Amino acid sequence: MKELFDIFIRSVFIDNMIFAYFLGMCSYLVISKEVKTAFGLGMAVCFVLSITVPLNYLIDKYLLQPGALSWLSVRFADVDLSYLSLIIFIAVIAGTVQLLEMVIEKYTPGLYLSLGIFLPLIAVNCAILGGSLFMQERHFPTVIHSFSYAAGSGIGWLLAIVAFAAIRERLKYADIPKPLEGKGIAYIITGLLGIGFMAFLGI
Amino acid sequence: MKSYLGPLNKENPILTQTLGVCSALAVTAQLKPAVVMAVSVTLVCAVANLIISLIRNTIPPRIRIIVQLLVVSSLVIMVDQLLQAFFYDISKMLSVFVGLIITNCIIMGRLEGFALSHKPGASLLDGLMNGLGYGLVLVVVAVFRELLGSGTLWNHQIIPSSFYEAGYLNNGLMILPPMALILVGALVWIQQATRKNTAK
Repeated sequence: MKELFDIFIRSVFIDNMIFAYFLGMCSYLVISKEVKTAFGLGMAVCFVLSITVPLNYLIDKYLLQPGALSWLSVRFADVDLSYLSLIIFIAVIAGTVQLLEMVIEKYTPGLYLSLGIFLPLIAVNCAILGGSLFMQERHFPTVIHSFSYAAGSGIGWLLAIVAFAAIRERLKYADIPKPLEGKGIAYIITGLLGIGFMAFLGI
Repeated sequence: MKSYLGPLNKENPILTQTLGVCSALAVTAQLKPAVVMAVSVTLVCAVANLIISLIRNTIPPRIRIIVQLLVVSSLVIMVDQLLQAFFYDISKMLSVFVGLIITNCIIMGRLEGFALSHKPGASLLDGLMNGLGYGLVLVVVAVFRELLGSGTLWNHQIIPSSFYEAGYLNNGLMILPPMALILVGALVWIQQATRKNTAK
């Protein structure tokens, strides 16, 4: 139990997707002008990460890893399909996003209105594929560990984008050098926030 | 011809279009992985543009995103396997970021915005130029970070040891990830400032 909690805290603060690995930067920079939309996108990322990462974990463990197919038959014990993982992961993500969009639209129209527009964007969000790839690299022992990692990363991403959007709303009243306005200052603020987040390294 | 040179400066994918930032910054602590990354992205972008442009009339519009993803991920798998075979240490250093080329927005953006509506030759050139524009930023950031952060370039010592004896210290902050963002911010600043001048 403690181990799960450790993974969770670690992925929220220390290995924060945005500040430590710059994943999902593109949408992070573009869709952070208002706190409300930023929150919507953050929730969608959280949601999709927590579903796709455990799913990809199972696929990786029982189909792709070297020797993973041995549960089927002893003859497959030395089959290594891991070179297929990139293409399978992205297919799973694109498929899940499509499916989720349809399910949410059908059963919870309210959620669809707030998350719906962001879902298609997410299929090509680096944070989602990055989550699956890091999961593969870290060799978690069980699927619950991978879920804890995914939920932590998603919440870390949500936290980062909401904090950033709040700062950006305030920035409207700030006196910034003309050429630095917009993107330039956005990069620099993210950098400074990143330095702030590094203070968590101690815990 | 002039329009093809745009991505290098005026329409640089990273500096002005905010595309492909994700993977760009994590690999720039040293020059070597940055150059490898730049070359890989340029190759994938050019070849994917060419392939999509060749088959653009046969792709049903509804499933074009999936087709594009499939083409790009097959190319990235090839690059990944090549790197693992010939440059194993660099491939370890880049780790998941090679895989993340798939979701690099530059590539998807060019496929969607250019290759689907242009002839193969033009698309190849466009992909090449956008890849180079991306690579340029990567290399500039990496040069600054490696030179100031560890005093080396391409793993060769650049700052002479007499400097260190005189009390010069490496700027450890440069190695840390957030500095990459601040450097890119500074680049955007310089670029916007110079462009304003030429416009006047």
